[in-house]
Amino acid sequence: MTAAKTMEEARRLAREQQDCSALLGLVPYAAYMGMRMELNEPGAPILRLPFKPSLIGNSALPAIHGGVVASFMESAALMHLLLMLDEQRVPKSIDFSIDYLRSAHAEDSWASCAVERLGRRVAQVQIRCWQSDPAKPVALARAHFLLAADAPA
Amino acid sequence: MSNENFYNTLLRGYAISVPHVGELGIELTRLDGEAAEARLPCRPEFLGDVENQLIHTGVVTTLIDSICGIALLAHIGKPTRIATLDLRVDYLRPSRPGKDLWCRAECYRLTEQIAFLRASVWQNDPAAPVASCLAAFMRTGRPGESSQRSGLQ
Repeated sequence: MTAAKTMEEARRLAREQQDCSALLGLVPYAAYMGMRMELNEPGAPILRLPFKPSLIGNSALPAIHGGVVASFMESAALMHLLLMLDEQRVPKSIDFSIDYLRSAHAEDSWASCAVERLGRRVAQVQIRCWQSDPAKPVALARAHFLLAADAPA
Repeated sequence: MSNENFYNTLLRGYAISVPHVGELGIELTRLDGEAAEARLPCRPEFLGDVENQLIHTGVVTTLIDSICGIALLAHIGKPTRIATLDLRVDYLRPSRPGKDLWCRAECYRLTEQIAFLRASVWQNDPAAPVASCLAAFMRTGRPGESSQRSGLQ
């Protein structure tokens, strides 16, 4: 199966059967962190990062590593694009910017994304990450991704 | 504690006090008041794009956040509580498995409460970085602590 066909099939499984494992499998690091994708409501997915001790960056607090929060949010944007668009390959990160608002406690984290601008070649994505209280985000981030414009069929 | 002792304490305790750093396998190769440098051997689970064999940019961001943090502690020169306020990463080139990632971070401006850092990541050649970053940190200790000068400024 070609890479594009694999991606198409993974997307079909996620969209039609709410089975996101193949889609997450396209991004090994997301699977390595233990990310989950939840499609409880129609439309945009919610990404979940179940807590595990190896994600800790500060044993004293304890708090999840800031880099993990960033990776999770960046991966959330990537998974969002893979599900919502019909890309033939994994979009490439151009840049990423994150503001940390609160420390991330030793508990599960969630992220949701919004594509604020979708051009032919570049997508701008806003990402929000929270823990127990959605009204108190842990971090806000934005990222630019390069899309596969005019990808060969 | 002399500066040398403090650097050695940081070097020895880093992977233990920051579990996720140990989990990824980040090794500090240099640490003093001027800069921190580290090496991260790449692993298959760090991939973000299997088809094109690219390292996930989140791995790069986690490396940067970690090394900025310890560079700042060494720059301050004594145990201090710090938190990342924000960071912005530009992904200048793709990073590929099979080669280590190297990171260098330095604090270029330290005030009583805020620190500004820059970092870059490369694989083959420091002059051809795969990512560059600007970050701001704040000292989160009690008010009395933050007013103490470090003597390294």
